[in-house]
Amino acid sequence: MSNLKQANISPEHRNYLRQVKREKILIRLTQLFILIAAFSLWEIFASLKIVDPFITSQPSRILSTISNLYEQGVLFKHIGITCLETIVGFILGTTTGTLIAIILWWSEFLSKVSEPYLVILNSLPKIALGPVFIVWIGAGPAAIIVMTLAISLIITILEVLSGFIAVDQEKIKLVQTFGGTKFQVLTKVLLPASFPTIINALKINVGLSWVGVIVGEFLVSRAGLGYLIVYGGQVFKLDLVMTSVIILGIAAALMYQGVVYLERLLVKNKI
Amino acid sequence: MKYVVNVHNIGMKYQSLNGEINALEKINFSVRDGEFVSIVGPSGCGKSTLLSIISGLLPPTSGTILLNGEKVTGTSNKIGYMLQKDHLFDWRTIFQNVMLGLEIRKAVTPEAKERAFQLLKTYGLYDFRNKYPNQLSGGMRQRAALIRTLVTDPQILLLDEAFSALDYQTRLAVNEDIYSIIKKEKKTAILVTHDIAESISMADRVIVLSKRPGTVKNIYEISLSCDNRTPLCSREAPEFRAYFQNIWKELDVHV
Ligand SMILES: Nc1ncnc2c1ncn2[C@@H]1O[C@H](COP(=O)(O)OP(=O)(O)OP(=O)(O)O)[C@@H](O)[C@H]1O
Ligand SMILES: [Mg+2]
Repeated sequence: MSNLKQANISPEHRNYLRQVKREKILIRLTQLFILIAAFSLWEIFASLKIVDPFITSQPSRILSTISNLYEQGVLFKHIGITCLETIVGFILGTTTGTLIAIILWWSEFLSKVSEPYLVILNSLPKIALGPVFIVWIGAGPAAIIVMTLAISLIITILEVLSGFIAVDQEKIKLVQTFGGTKFQVLTKVLLPASFPTIINALKINVGLSWVGVIVGEFLVSRAGLGYLIVYGGQVFKLDLVMTSVIILGIAAALMYQGVVYLERLLVKNKI
Repeated sequence: MKYVVNVHNIGMKYQSLNGEINALEKINFSVRDGEFVSIVGPSGCGKSTLLSIISGLLPPTSGTILLNGEKVTGTSNKIGYMLQKDHLFDWRTIFQNVMLGLEIRKAVTPEAKERAFQLLKTYGLYDFRNKYPNQLSGGMRQRAALIRTLVTDPQILLLDEAFSALDYQTRLAVNEDIYSIIKKEKKTAILVTHDIAESISMADRVIVLSKRPGTVKNIYEISLSCDNRTPLCSREAPEFRAYFQNIWKELDVHV
């Protein structure tokens, strides 16, 4: 690509590039337009009382809610707590999940023994365990993180394990022909080869971690965005609910972008 | 004459729930130092199994393999095993790929690196050392895989249909390349192939295996009137056709 740019470009290619660029700009503009239009219509309809702003809230009220929260000095407390819980749950879920997947790959016996349990745990709606965690661990951030773990752990194990199993047997044989040990098979082939699978598991886990944290906060409300949503709902402050949902959306998108960025960073050294 | 590999009464039965597969039966042959031996046989007759057993990766059901007179019980540094595909890791550069075997054997020394550079230079891949495998042609990849094996300095090379993934043109060229490399580095080689012409053109001896369970059906000493033997020149030798006909009949593809 890069040497194409430097070299004398044919007019056709220049046209093509220009067209691609134009299309890209058009897409971005349309996206921006939809966003602005949606929020404007929301604002206008609510102001004209076509929809009831008490129920739907409205962008200007959301802004003032945010500034209220900020003035009370609790805005970043709530955001911070939720993000922290999510990140801790996410990292724990991903690392322990990968670790357990490695153990199960290592021992075929364990893997076979655990198979039915994994299947059942995977299909169980983990949220049903919420009350159990609260009783065991106590209402607090720890229970919320465990909730998050419960949601993301099993799926991580299954994803990563299936990634390991999909690795070409012949590549493993290659390492063995050089006298490689099982540990070397793991570090030289399995982990690097299933790197894309692991990244995919990470992406799924970002979403799942948010679900876990919000559900956890619904159940154990003390602080955090999930708490604000539940609290707002209970006292019919829909402004607060909408505000929290929007902040949540932004935070989740940022974290997802973070994983995408990490992926690029790690993949960059190839090609 | 000194034998580097003795295959003695090798038998192999694979076990599975729906029965037993008798892959090899009473295989006997020896390979001399510096010799190039080809093994041909119908599909599924146990050629890959035989190479895995010789390499020490797969313990046979019966019989023994002697390597320089010593019994084989596991993989050995003396053996370099090239699998059917190049299996270059696409997350490693060519140089890193070439170093894989040394890394695994914890033998990465400045001298070893120098040897790797030297091999890359000799075989025309030095400029590509920092490229990734998907930026190389099939033939270059195969050469890189060969260098990955050679840099561990094996005494014996086992090649399992190492060229079958290549198109015919490239394959002839890579045959030529790899033959000269092996001769230059004075290696002993055992090549498994489906391709009768390839087996004759490369080898000093061709071992023909029967259908499963594989047994040694015949061994041909190949002597061709070539001044300077290379695979291409071998293919043009007057005796080539006769060998081809005989082995072709021996393989008995129709039945
Ligand atoms: N791990 C295994 N478990 C059970 N059976 C096996 C295994 N590997 C090979 N076999 C069987 O043993 C026989 C010989 O296999 P092998 O791969 O050695 O044949 P081959 O001569 O290399 O065949 P091809 O020319 O197709 O590569 C085949 O019938 C195969 O089905
Ligand atoms: Mg085979």
